[in-house]
Amino acid sequence: MHKHSRHLLRGIGLVCALALGSTACGGSGDGGSDHRAVSAADIRAALKKGGTITVWAWEPTLEQVAADFEKAHPGVTVELVNAGTGNEQYKALQNAMSARKGVPDVAQIEYYAMGQYALTKQLTDLGPFGAGKLSAGFSPGPWNGVKAGGSVYGLPMDSGPMALFYNKRVFDKYRIKVPTTWDEYVDAARALHRADPKAYITNDAGDAGFTTSLLWQAGSRPYKVDGTKVRIDFSDQGARTYTGTWQKLLDEKLLAPVNSWTDDWYKGLGDGTVATLATGAWMPANFASGVKDAAGDWRVAPLPQWTAGGRASAENGGSALALPELGGNEALAYAFVAYANAGEGVRTRVAGGAFPATTAQLNSEEFQDTGFPYFGGQQANKIFAESAANVADDWSYLPYQVYANSVFNDTVGKAYVSGTRLTDGLKSWQDASVEYGDEQGFTVEK
Amino acid sequence: MTGPVTTAPGRSATASSGSSGSMPRLRTPRRRHVPGRPRRSVLLTLLTGLVLLHSLLPLAWLTISATKSQQGLTRSFGLWFDHDFALWHNISETFTYHDGVFTRWLLNTLLYVVLGAGGATFLAVLGGYALATFDFPGRRAVFAVVIGAVAVPGTALAVPTFLMFSRMGLTNTPWAVVIPSLISPFGLYLMWVFATEAIPAELLEAARIDGAGETRAFFQVALPLLAPGIVTVLLFTTVATWNNYFLPLIMIKDPDWYPLTLGLNSWNAQAATAGGEAVFHLVVTGSLITIVPLIAAFLLLQKYWQSGLAAGSVKE
Repeated sequence: MHKHSRHLLRGIGLVCALALGSTACGGSGDGGSDHRAVSAADIRAALKKGGTITVWAWEPTLEQVAADFEKAHPGVTVELVNAGTGNEQYKALQNAMSARKGVPDVAQIEYYAMGQYALTKQLTDLGPFGAGKLSAGFSPGPWNGVKAGGSVYGLPMDSGPMALFYNKRVFDKYRIKVPTTWDEYVDAARALHRADPKAYITNDAGDAGFTTSLLWQAGSRPYKVDGTKVRIDFSDQGARTYTGTWQKLLDEKLLAPVNSWTDDWYKGLGDGTVATLATGAWMPANFASGVKDAAGDWRVAPLPQWTAGGRASAENGGSALALPELGGNEALAYAFVAYANAGEGVRTRVAGGAFPATTAQLNSEEFQDTGFPYFGGQQANKIFAESAANVADDWSYLPYQVYANSVFNDTVGKAYVSGTRLTDGLKSWQDASVEYGDEQGFTVEK
Repeated sequence: MTGPVTTAPGRSATASSGSSGSMPRLRTPRRRHVPGRPRRSVLLTLLTGLVLLHSLLPLAWLTISATKSQQGLTRSFGLWFDHDFALWHNISETFTYHDGVFTRWLLNTLLYVVLGAGGATFLAVLGGYALATFDFPGRRAVFAVVIGAVAVPGTALAVPTFLMFSRMGLTNTPWAVVIPSLISPFGLYLMWVFATEAIPAELLEAARIDGAGETRAFFQVALPLLAPGIVTVLLFTTVATWNNYFLPLIMIKDPDWYPLTLGLNSWNAQAATAGGEAVFHLVVTGSLITIVPLIAAFLLLQKYWQSGLAAGSVKE
């Protein structure tokens, strides 16, 4: 076990973690034991004493939260730094951790990447701060995302329960029914593309986050993780359900070959050539700012189901705030995270357009009754909140999902550009992930 | 040898009229034409035209796109104008967006260029002059090191440099960008070659005999002769520092110290962030504003730059 973990750590490139020595290598049980409990009184004292904390986050609504927090606690300064979105920030974080200098006190980390930092004990266990008691306040998907090996490593900031965004103008024009199942979705894709050869039901050029979310909804559980023991299997029933349907869309060329977030994509969303998006509930803010031309055209519907009459959903995206082990000022840092994600700050962020992970907000009348002018006044939050409640909470990502996602396009991506079957693509993704896990010292069951 | 002539009878007949038939074909056209009026080649003109188009097209796209609003960018054809001409509005919004942070980035870039590129040029001139005019043991070794250093891309050294600077506590400060920018092996090499050609040993000899010290000989005799070379190196290092992306990317996390390249990238990334605001029109306009000073520098210093570039190409 000892040798095993050392190899693992070195392999992932977390040179710094070696210096953490035995705690890093001792297995999953003793992570919290080197931290004494931090009481509410300790946190109050830290707030009174004041100080500066550095927060690395790209979430735009945190700016207001940080300002409010500083106002409420006059001695406290929050240095909010946007060190890049997602991967770019993880690289910067890794560099800082390797150098053991300049590590932020708080960092935004997406749920899919949490496992990687938690496993190697690069994040502070928040158990001793009493974070475990907050579990009831968060919806199941995001809470599942911050747990690892029985400990809590962050507080969920936002979440992305999935829904179907569709361009009602396009659907009305061609008299297409809004799909409630994925089979109907394929039919709608055919009808739309026949009616207008330039229009596609959606864009999908191969996106690991999207594929794993659909697998999640379909009931597939390709990753089983127990400490450093990992099992990867893309051949369960859920995966077969997904590939069976998605292969049709690929074979008949019904997916726009456009990458999400590009200007082409924004263009397609605006002019009706990309007619639906199955994505996280954080999307409305992006619609409102990036696709202004199509205001009023779009509506929200529940995510299509794999079996008629089902209610299954999944999370897409979303992130937490965590305390890097090498950061400092833990009590103050935790106080900020709790304020932003479980306290006053949540309301501020929701007002700023973020989608919460807290059940109190999700279930509040005020939240659910909010009408979205962009969606023609629709109370879309009702759909999002229901989706959030229906997310199965037994999904897990790999403890090296960041790497796995980076090779998605070399493996599954082939199914999008050549005759490779989606099933074979997933198999080669599985093989590549198994191989990497082996190299890194994980015990990978085949 | 009549081989070359017989393979291309048509062309050689016109080209070699008046000259002896046994001349190698390639040289004949040059003899016929008066220097200063080179013969036109359709093929070369065509190729040059293609390259010109290839290099001007992105510039045209950028300029045209900078006149469009965020909506205009997505709804109109890329290489033609939208009906809504928003250039002036875009420019003012670029400078006022996020409390005018763009101006801060512009000043940062200027700081990095003045200190980094200016310093690199100064060091390259000093080093190149010394290597060209003084004979000392180990000069060949220095040559090997410099040539070797030219071959190592700066990107490869960025991460080790980061770790070193981090230990010294210099990351997240302007020094982290300025200090690595001071090293320009290529500039040093160019200055070395240039100084060898441009400064006759006799001239320095004469200066010394007339009683000038080494410092005076350098500043008053050598430096004016080196001017075209200095401008060339300055342009090279300015472009490198102005466009530097990777080094500041890993060194600087504080947006207040971002150069333009990083700042524009962070605006661009907003469009790919949940809850972020897509500001493609500001990214495009900001990019145009970013390259204007470089274009101006090239046009204004064209004369020096051309003669500097040709240094050492002709052996007299």
